Amino acid sequence: MPIYQTTSYVFRDTEHAASLFNMERAGHVYSRISNPTVAVLEERMAALEGGVGAIATASGQAALHLAIATLMGSGGHVVASTALYGGSHNLLAYTLKRFGIDTTFVTPRDLDGWRRAVRPQTRLLFGETLGNPGLDVLDIPAVSKIAHEAKVPLLVDATFTTPILMKPFELGADLLYHSATKFLGGHGVAIAGVLVDSGRFDWEASGKFETLTAPYAGFHGMDFEEESGTRAFLLRARREGLRDFGACMAPMTAFQILQGIETLHLRMPRHVDNARKVVAFLSRHAAVQKVIYPELPDHPDHELAKKLLPHGCGAVFSFEIKGGIGDARRAGRRFIESLRVFSHLANVGDAKSLVIHPASTTHYRMSDEDLRRAGITAGTVRLSIGLEDPQDLTDDLERALRVSQK
Amino acid sequence: MNLEVDGRRVFAYTAAHELDAAKPTVVFLHGAGLDHSWFGLQSRYFGYHGRNVLALDFPGHGRSDGPPLPTVGAMAGWVCGVLKTVKVGKATIVGHSMGSLVALEFAAQHPGEAERIALIAPGYPMKVAPAFLEAARKNETAAFDMQNIWGHSFEVALGANPNPGMWMYGDTLARLERLAPGVLYNDLKACNDYGAGLESAAKVKCPVLFIVGRRDMMTPPKAAQALSEKIAQAKTVEVAPSGHSLMAEAPDATLDALIAFIS
Repeated sequence: MPIYQTTSYVFRDTEHAASLFNMERAGHVYSRISNPTVAVLEERMAALEGGVGAIATASGQAALHLAIATLMGSGGHVVASTALYGGSHNLLAYTLKRFGIDTTFVTPRDLDGWRRAVRPQTRLLFGETLGNPGLDVLDIPAVSKIAHEAKVPLLVDATFTTPILMKPFELGADLLYHSATKFLGGHGVAIAGVLVDSGRFDWEASGKFETLTAPYAGFHGMDFEEESGTRAFLLRARREGLRDFGACMAPMTAFQILQGIETLHLRMPRHVDNARKVVAFLSRHAAVQKVIYPELPDHPDHELAKKLLPHGCGAVFSFEIKGGIGDARRAGRRFIESLRVFSHLANVGDAKSLVIHPASTTHYRMSDEDLRRAGITAGTVRLSIGLEDPQDLTDDLERALRVSQK
Repeated sequence: MNLEVDGRRVFAYTAAHELDAAKPTVVFLHGAGLDHSWFGLQSRYFGYHGRNVLALDFPGHGRSDGPPLPTVGAMAGWVCGVLKTVKVGKATIVGHSMGSLVALEFAAQHPGEAERIALIAPGYPMKVAPAFLEAARKNETAAFDMQNIWGHSFEVALGANPNPGMWMYGDTLARLERLAPGVLYNDLKACNDYGAGLESAAKVKCPVLFIVGRRDMMTPPKAAQALSEKIAQAKTVEVAPSGHSLMAEAPDATLDALIAFIS
């Protein structure tokens, strides 16, 4: 795959240039809007997910912002799951609120809660296929039904599942995005995102999306739905969102993510196999209070996971460490510092196994009560299981757990 | 714009321009199961280059009310009704696949109203594989898959869509999934049953352009020969890298051929 490391593209003549700018011809003008290397990634991701197309972005957060900003402006309302990545929660709870977009958060498995939270101004329902931090399984068929009854789309963050473990569009989701930084790339070297549209949501029939069905002064009065039907959302997202917000993907990044997805179908089963072995090991361990993984019978979404995630529940999960001779916060710190194979860092979805102890890092200033409200405890440890020999992983965990209790 | 023809709503894409009686008009007719936006780039070009554009949704397709029209002849008569409604006396008709048969029939039935016709991916007889027809009759998704696979060149599976970021198979599939049950079958049956091609071709008096895709699996270039041999003034442009979906697979080559023919 060639890397088109260029900002712009030579026009054949002035007529050709004008035709490209006015969308009378297909092609590339400027790499913030589109780039041949990035377009290959976009097309392949659309194919993997079964969508009409995709837009690659600077990060997963940029993809989420692009989706929301394309669908609504000030006065819009989102109904979102409480089980979200912290960055997504911040965007919805604080930042977008400042721009007039309000969000109501609901517990993902509270279907009546989703229904009750919908308002006339609601333009989007949003959740993660596997939610943070408790791996809540989003009941996409049920939540998408609620969304469609309200004539709005369901957007899901599919980062933890990837198209190998779940196809959200086949379950009823309308839009999805990935933090491609994680499993899609798999090597932890590039920050990236990708937003995919199923093309199944009928914006015109909904009557709630002026950004897609009314003339847009910012592009010569274009009515995106009339212009392109199934491609309306992506057309506006590219022609306005990438043009004006500019959170595009660099061509080198696209190349790196493309290298990753070439092996995604081989890596994900290995991630899942390794995760299952580690879950089994931890579940039996005396220093472990609890393992939170939907394949375990005590997980509240165990039955739903069997239905929606038959190929596995991913490789990112949490467990609670016992306090040993001290408290759980101390035990967590000692555990982390004793690991040799796991890398202690703030990321997931890497080929290498990763670990973080929220109570001593991301949630350092929180009291035990505040931690409980955030769905974690002082002893919660999050693991992202990589592709190493699983025996090396369990040996490393065994050693560190032993130290944690002393 | 929304029109009313025979008491039913008809949608015509006009590239955000009002119709101007002083301008020549180009009408775009889509293929089986599709809609006006299949001609997105090409119709937009002519709308911004001195032409009235009417990219139509056939009844039961896109934004036009149903039911779909059962024969190619009925569709040609309907096009005539649309032109009368908007008071356009003469127009260039561009048709793709099923739409090319309608354009041919229109030019034969209404020679005074056809300025010229461009037939994209035409074929005659346009026989549909029995398995395809049967799957469409049963509204099975296999019919969508067959349209997708045979409706594009093999190279489409390898990617590199000229339209950045879009996946051609996914886009076609999403369009077909939006159809009301029975619409695709109606269209395929209309193509399959059309038997007036040679007689109609012999009646055509206006200039005719055939645009064919060299890698077309549905209507390969040789499928247009029977028609082109009947039309003395016909010209043919063969687009090397394209399959049946020329406007999507080779948008610039298709547009260039249309510009050379129409301008």
